[in-house]
Amino acid sequence: MSDFAIGKESTEFKKGLQAGISIGIGYFPIALTFGLLAKTSGLSIYESVLMSMIVFAGASQYISLSLLAYGTGIVEIVLTTFIVNIRHFLMSTSLNEKCEDDHLGNKMLYSFGITDETFSVVATREGTATTGFMFGVNLLAYSSWVIFTGIGHLIGASLPQTLQESMGVALYAMFIGLLVPSLKKSVKVLFLASLAAIFNTIFTIGGIMAQGWAIVTSTILSAVMIELIEVIKARHWGVKHEK
Amino acid sequence: MKSEIVWMIIGMGLVTYIPRMLPFVLFKGMELPPFIQGVLKNVPYATLGALIFPAIIFLQKDDIWYGIAGAAAAFGAAFLGANVIVVVLGSITVLALYSYFL
Repeated sequence: MSDFAIGKESTEFKKGLQAGISIGIGYFPIALTFGLLAKTSGLSIYESVLMSMIVFAGASQYISLSLLAYGTGIVEIVLTTFIVNIRHFLMSTSLNEKCEDDHLGNKMLYSFGITDETFSVVATREGTATTGFMFGVNLLAYSSWVIFTGIGHLIGASLPQTLQESMGVALYAMFIGLLVPSLKKSVKVLFLASLAAIFNTIFTIGGIMAQGWAIVTSTILSAVMIELIEVIKARHWGVKHEK
Repeated sequence: MKSEIVWMIIGMGLVTYIPRMLPFVLFKGMELPPFIQGVLKNVPYATLGALIFPAIIFLQKDDIWYGIAGAAAAFGAAFLGANVIVVVLGSITVLALYSYFL
């Protein structure tokens, strides 16, 4: 019986690693560039790799480099990091509903690996997310992030500029690749994604709020609005709730 | 390593980890109201929309067609049912060709 359980866990873990490959590819250029920029900002290789190991959040790591360059104080950098990453609270709340029941310890461990990318891969997967799957996705994404930060710092700017630029599309391409299959199946998904995209465009281009808050606010607004419409539809026309 | 930088990294790590971890502790074994559950199920797709737009358009600040070409390539490949990895590699290839020829 326990053999069976271990077998199941290990295939789930492998599935997680497989699902993590596109994140690994996507992190490659970003981590490489981070290592490179960290070097030019005066961080040592140990400091850069340590930051990728402990923080594991692309956007805020980039922002911290530019703030350091401006001579911004540490408290302000930490505060900015908090604002940029508050959106993960929403993502974890959503994943908490999707992940299988398990010891809190396991959840506290894999929750460290929740980024925009791992969240998107796990959340758009069909069925419940098992603990093995979570660890698989996170391990591959995390390794790619940490290893390529170090390599980026070592090799400096030797990668061709055009290649680095064209690889910058990787994560967005992955988001599109995750979104489109669900979008083809359900009009609701199309409305959700479009509405959030419109809100986010208004907030960021209009300079209404910082990017971290803009993503949280547009996500909440569109998720609540579409849900309200569903409820009203169900109440008035007896349309069944779409699952 | 400069101790100031190490403290900064530890601080950044804490404020990043806490929002990621807290919901698992706060809402453990709690049955949320159906409306909230519905909203949370909507969150992934809304987040994806917000993560993609408008950021992808500004991949290259001086040429919005660059980002649009990358997005179109990814969308086309995904719409035809390609695996996510193929979508990613295809989009990178299209943009490499774009900067090479244009």
